[in-house]
Amino acid sequence: MIENFLMIYQALPYLLKGSLITIGLVGGALFLGFIIGIPMAVGQVYGSRFIANLIYFYVWFFRGLPVLVLLFLFYFGLFSLLRLNLPAFTAAILVLGLRSAAYQSQIFRGSIQSLGEGQMLAARSLGMSKIQAIWNIILPQALRISIPGWSNEYSIILKDSAVTYAIGVMEILTRGNFIATRTYKPMPVFLTCALIFLILTYGGVKILDLLEKKVRIPGYTFGRKEI
Amino acid sequence: MQSDKDIVLEVEDIHKKYREEKILKGVSFKVKKGETKVIIGPSGTGKSTLLRCINQLTIPDKGRVWLEGEEVTHTKKSINQFRQKIGMVFQDFNLFDHLTALGNIEIGLVKVKRMDKDKARQKAMEELKQVGLENQAYLYPAQLSGGQKQRVSIARALAMDPKVMLFDEPTSALDPELIGEVLEAIKNLAIQGMTMVLVTHEIGFARSVANEIIFIENGKILESGSPYKLFNNPEYERTRRFLKKITELYGESIEKR
Repeated sequence: MIENFLMIYQALPYLLKGSLITIGLVGGALFLGFIIGIPMAVGQVYGSRFIANLIYFYVWFFRGLPVLVLLFLFYFGLFSLLRLNLPAFTAAILVLGLRSAAYQSQIFRGSIQSLGEGQMLAARSLGMSKIQAIWNIILPQALRISIPGWSNEYSIILKDSAVTYAIGVMEILTRGNFIATRTYKPMPVFLTCALIFLILTYGGVKILDLLEKKVRIPGYTFGRKEI
Repeated sequence: MQSDKDIVLEVEDIHKKYREEKILKGVSFKVKKGETKVIIGPSGTGKSTLLRCINQLTIPDKGRVWLEGEEVTHTKKSINQFRQKIGMVFQDFNLFDHLTALGNIEIGLVKVKRMDKDKARQKAMEELKQVGLENQAYLYPAQLSGGQKQRVSIARALAMDPKVMLFDEPTSALDPELIGEVLEAIKNLAIQGMTMVLVTHEIGFARSVANEIIFIENGKILESGSPYKLFNNPEYERTRRFLKKITELYGESIEKR
């Protein structure tokens, strides 16, 4: 028992470095997914039929394949075909980010569509362009409504990041596996990995909960329902 | 038509259909500076569509609109240039839910008129005072009553210094006891000489503020004229019956509320 703790104690800095990589990976992927997902959602709701179809196809593709298949397709397939020679970490951010964009776009699309048509009408009646109305009126409201769904996306992508083990990204699980094979003590090592994942999930979700409360519109029924 | 300098808004032969259903079948009218036109008619006769055709929120299939002699339809200018000058008040208020009362008024000034923030704030505050809501400036729409929301939306439209104001059933979504304060605000505008087109069922109110009442049925103007003429001496029996019915429903006059 004691030597288990000692072993974990010694391995911890190495594992924690892995969690920094995981955080970077998840942060990068979520950010990429966000900046692609927003215009995708807007394009799907307000764009031409052609653009909407294009986005539909994108979402169909990235939501339709297992994340591991996507990783292999891009890392060993497309990226090497293009001779990009990307480090595994960068490739993982790209793949997870492009995939997250598909999911995030649908979170934002749902929020945009839940807003009444009147918001757009009123904005246009003041003389705002469509872009101005989307930027100043639609998105600030839609993003607020999207936080709970986005928090979900965070916790999912955090856990999905573990599959980048398969292309050798030095994240938590990859490092855990190294130690486990070296020490022949898989149980305590993977329990520690699990604990780190639980803490990261909890922490991120908590932060998003706080954000949700902070940007809540007074008087608006975003919070708990009385009935 | 540009010859008459007094004419602020001119609407000519507006047609609109949705799928196969013809909503508007050629509506024309002119509004002079300072005039209040009230459009009445049974529901589903295209009154709201007509208002939206004026600022092109709905694009008419046929017909033209002029604002102060400049054509709004088929224009090379951006439609946004015209919409700034055409204030619109909606039945459901359509206040921006994420902004305070003050913010709702400011945003058009800052984003559309490119006014600097301090000036916009000052002007927004003045507009709120005009509708008696300076104490509610920092409340959000969800914290306001229906009547207060509608007054904010009037202030929001007025802040843009419009040439004409369009009201689309501004009191239809309000509780009866809140209608008075909104009508009061609109009446004040009429007194100050604002040019207005108003769709409403508040017939008593229409009678007291309208220079002309336009009766629309089945997408066409059946009859128009002064309130006196329409109430006392209408050309059509249909007009008399509609006015009688709506008077029974919505009461005689605003003063009795």
